[in-house]
Amino acid sequence: MTDAIENALRRAAAALDADSPPDLDTEAAEAASLVDVAYARHDTPVGALILAATPRGLVRLAFADDDDSVEATLTQLARRVSPRVLAAPRRLDNARRELDEYFAGTRERFELAIDWRLTQGFGRRILRSTARIPYGSVSSYAQVAAAAGSPRGFRAAGNALGHNPLPIVVPCHRVLHAGGGLGGYTGGVERKLTLLAIERGSSPDAGPTRAGP
Amino acid sequence: MHRFLVATVGHVDADDCYQETWLAALRAYPRLRDASHLRAWILTVAQRKAIDHIRARNRRAIPLAELPEIPVAAIQHDGAPELWIHVRALPPKQRTAVALRTVADLAYADIARVMGTSEEAARRNVHEALKRLRTEVPND
Repeated sequence: MTDAIENALRRAAAALDADSPPDLDTEAAEAASLVDVAYARHDTPVGALILAATPRGLVRLAFADDDDSVEATLTQLARRVSPRVLAAPRRLDNARRELDEYFAGTRERFELAIDWRLTQGFGRRILRSTARIPYGSVSSYAQVAAAAGSPRGFRAAGNALGHNPLPIVVPCHRVLHAGGGLGGYTGGVERKLTLLAIERGSSPDAGPTRAGP
Repeated sequence: MHRFLVATVGHVDADDCYQETWLAALRAYPRLRDASHLRAWILTVAQRKAIDHIRARNRRAIPLAELPEIPVAAIQHDGAPELWIHVRALPPKQRTAVALRTVADLAYADIARVMGTSEEAARRNVHEALKRLRTEVPND
């Protein structure tokens, strides 16, 4: 039941696409406490990151390699935390500053409030014990599992670390294979090497040195 | 949603309506029980904001003894100004229904959901709007 006038309206409607909608006034939304998840992009020596925080603390950090990965991260936050996700960079000023200091080699410990809600159960225990591995040293999957109360759970530990919602801040890059192998890294092993090199205060080409047993 | 607002309230007010719609939606979201029709839901909020804006604009309008001679198209200029000006001049229910149908491309069931009417009423509103536009919009 389409006719000339309806077609004309549909054509005119398609022409309206050229007018992009304005950016959302996130300050107004924030002022009214309507933002459950604030996020920001941040450039670092290991590439662009996307950071997200709830009122409880930093909830997610992800490598923002392309639009798809950013979209995937925001979708995850909308599904698992709240759809009230907005770009509100100022809410992440502290996290961004601490990351800058970390990459400049002047910060060894993050003092950010963490919202652990994207982790649960054994995975959360693994990540919490990973968070205690000191700057500049490394551990193994088995050690991390043991510290989380499950010495034989190293495979599950590897899985939990692979799904770390807060890479860099929860330093899963400090966990290596017991035999000396580098192990994997969600953001790619290049980044793992770079992070370890930064913590040794050297260039990323030198390869990892092991601390502890 | 933005296109729907431009079509129904015009360019100038559409941006304000857009902001207000999102803020209202963010505010109302925690009370939303059924998230399966999010698109229809956000358009529900948008069309209420559009109606509020048009009412407020009419209240603000200053009555003049003599109407100034301003070409209609100069008042709200967009891509296809004339067509939208005719749409904006429709009675509110027809205007909303026809914009939801042609701009937001909604099915009649969704138009009914957005406007809180029966599907039959949604169909009738769109039909009446098109009938009226057919007589009012010059053929070319």
